[in-house]
Amino acid sequence: MAAVTGSFTANGVAHAPSRTVRVTVLSLIGLIFALPIAAMIEFTLRAGLVGGYNVDRWVALFQSGFTGVYRPVLVALGNSVALAIGTVIIVMLLLVPTMLLVHIRFPYLRRVLEFICILPITIPAIVLVVGLAPIYTVVARMLGSGVWTLAFAYGITVLPFAYRAIQSNLDGVDVRTLTEAARTLGAGWGSVLVRVLVPNLRRGILAGAFIAVAVVLGEFTIASLLNRVNLQTALVVVSKVDPYTAVILSLLALAFASMLLLIIGRLGAPRNQTLRRRTTVKGPA
Amino acid sequence: MYVVLFLAVPTLIAIGTGFFDTTGAFTLATVAALGDPVVLTTFFNSFWLSALTAVVGAVVGALVCYAMLGTRPDGALRSTIDSLSGVLAQFGGVMLAFAFVATIGIQGMVTLYLRDMFGLDIFENGVWLYSTTGLILPYIYFQVPLMIITFMPALQALKPQWAEANATLGGTTASYWLRIAFPVLAPSFLGSLLLLFANAFSSYATAAALVSQGSQIVPLQIRAALTSETLLGRENLAGALALGMIVVMAVVMIGYSALQSRAARWQQ
Repeated sequence: MAAVTGSFTANGVAHAPSRTVRVTVLSLIGLIFALPIAAMIEFTLRAGLVGGYNVDRWVALFQSGFTGVYRPVLVALGNSVALAIGTVIIVMLLLVPTMLLVHIRFPYLRRVLEFICILPITIPAIVLVVGLAPIYTVVARMLGSGVWTLAFAYGITVLPFAYRAIQSNLDGVDVRTLTEAARTLGAGWGSVLVRVLVPNLRRGILAGAFIAVAVVLGEFTIASLLNRVNLQTALVVVSKVDPYTAVILSLLALAFASMLLLIIGRLGAPRNQTLRRRTTVKGPA
Repeated sequence: MYVVLFLAVPTLIAIGTGFFDTTGAFTLATVAALGDPVVLTTFFNSFWLSALTAVVGAVVGALVCYAMLGTRPDGALRSTIDSLSGVLAQFGGVMLAFAFVATIGIQGMVTLYLRDMFGLDIFENGVWLYSTTGLILPYIYFQVPLMIITFMPALQALKPQWAEANATLGGTTASYWLRIAFPVLAPSFLGSLLLLFANAFSSYATAAALVSQGSQIVPLQIRAALTSETLLGRENLAGALALGMIVVMAVVMIGYSALQSRAARWQQ
């Protein structure tokens, strides 16, 4: 952000609102948006019918170690984590090599790939389920009705998010030159992929993987309508029995997802660029 | 060949799952089911719910974006708001329903506060949280963050040179916004509005967790049709409803991409 410091520009943006306006708007809307979250916390701290507040429910949940009524939640969490891992593997094995190959050798296919990857956004999950139901009866017959089979469906739903994360990284790296350099030095395609491209794209790949994890952990529609148990469907079941626990678990899940996305934000470009610049300066010495 | 294989597999799954039922079970009877008064009502409900929450979400979201202008794009404030928006827009679902039960449910914090402090009963005319009206607030709650995510890049792309040109020619802040920024931003704003509409239209999890009886909006109608055990052959109805949704979504997304290409003209 160079020296554009006219009266109406700040950080390269013209006619930005004054500080007071910004603080007022942001804090007002922030307050309104914090209200439901605060209400959730308040709700979990309520001490029964007598009124007052304590942390009994939080303590009880962790001391009992998810036994009894909460056991299904733990199982569901395991399912969701397994699904997240499965989905990430599918995305990494299918999407990354495809995108790289299209980028390097078949640039004219880029529009097609982009269209295909963005397509799942336009097809709502609830519609996808209608089409998935008959397919999953076949899948269940062939592979059993294990929860992990859902990873195939999730691989499709996370496609747009993962694609965008990886593509934005791909645009910033000169893949063609890197590949040609590696090939000239006698590297095979496999080692180009593993030792040159993946390390250079690790930021995009990591962001794509994180976002896939967040989407899978938050997924409800497909699992619920195909009668599979994952974290979200279990939360609904628990909320019918013990709303307090369901809210506590939701808070934890929301906090976890915020953390994941904050990490993605931190992986952002600026810091990495300064790092790269520094290493190139250091290079010849 | 290698590419074709890797391309074809996801494509086939996506296309196959999206259209399998609708083309496979395509008869006039299923499409006729779309004319059913009950189905028409649910589509109407979905429409006004999506439209209302999209407009409110777009306006409030745009306001937040405007407030964030001038902060550093890679600063802590921006990245925090970005990631929180991401969580609320994509991750919420079921948990947002819980949050709103805790806030404005019968025993919710705000409900009790209003009752005890002002003697105000927000459920005077019956509990509306678990009906279509009750979906408005939770939907706005995830629409605003989505607006922030989609609209911020457009606002950020306004060029300072335009403001300089405006100032050189004797324009004021008001003329900058009215004559330059609004016309340039209009396609992006409308595009985001359509995206928000599509988002609300296709959203299922929040509604499913909040509304356990009845099916006032299309996704819930699909749930009823899919899980119904009383009527045989209701799967066709689910297919028909899905077809209806795809048509709506296709129209919306075509509009979106048209607006997007207009908007791209100013973002180079």
